[in-house]
Amino acid sequence: MTEYVPGYVGTVTKYVFVESPHMTPGELALRAYEVSFGVLIKETCFGLQVTGEPEAVDRLIAEIRSFDPSHIFIKDRGFPPGDPRRCRANLGGARPGYLGHEREFRLLRYITHGLQALERGDEVPEAALPPGKKPGLDIRRLQELIDEES
Amino acid sequence: MAKVFIYPATSLILSDLVARFGHKPLGAALGIRERIQTAGIDSPPLQITPEEPKRGLKYAAVEVPSGVRGRMAIYGPLIEEAEAAVIVTEADLAFGCMGCARTDELILFSLRQSGIPILELKYPTDDEEGVQFVAAIKKFLDSLSNGGEEA
Repeated sequence: MTEYVPGYVGTVTKYVFVESPHMTPGELALRAYEVSFGVLIKETCFGLQVTGEPEAVDRLIAEIRSFDPSHIFIKDRGFPPGDPRRCRANLGGARPGYLGHEREFRLLRYITHGLQALERGDEVPEAALPPGKKPGLDIRRLQELIDEES
Repeated sequence: MAKVFIYPATSLILSDLVARFGHKPLGAALGIRERIQTAGIDSPPLQITPEEPKRGLKYAAVEVPSGVRGRMAIYGPLIEEAEAAVIVTEADLAFGCMGCARTDELILFSLRQSGIPILELKYPTDDEEGVQFVAAIKKFLDSLSNGGEEA
């Protein structure tokens, strides 16, 4: 057993995802650097990771969101950037957790559409939410299928 | 500002929307961060030590596998702390080994037993559902700010 001495104690790390037709992750990084004020910024293929004191990160996040509010998405991260236990530079292949992000990334356009619609004050479509369970197979149809097969 | 547990606990969309609408999302990252930033015995990759299954006894019986109890040591305190929850049911990204699957069931059971306001929905599959999804979450979170009347 070896002693564990943590780094970045007292900091928070957040992911910033950008899915925008107006801004690339590179452009986002450049603009974020301009307002970073001591917050560590790491550019990634999907956006950024920002690490720093909680108040400083919150201020930066508020600024970053204002660049493109409906196309920038943010979530917490447990590990600091480049941590050897998580970084794919050490492990090879996709970082654990990336595949979940990739899956949700495909849905972000719907969320963006929803945010923009709410901002415009559009009427919310009537369909029931939460969506109920899909109707099951009708018993008569089931009997027909059984009869067809027998 | 209410503390809102999100499920899937790693969800980018839920985490963002809860924070965007002025509340604090409680997800897996907070529990992991706490362990990663606490000194002790080196136990990579997640700093889950043999102590965790013992702490998990508060949330799951001793007969429950240690994998589930260890996971509940992360999620249990967050569920206790939560004042509301947003759950995406049938989220296809919320899958894993048997330990993850059983922990997920226990998380949902614990949330429903806790009596806190819960919003359950599904991920959107088109633009229209996207509007409904965001509107439902906003309405739910706004109601929390107003004392949970509509929750």
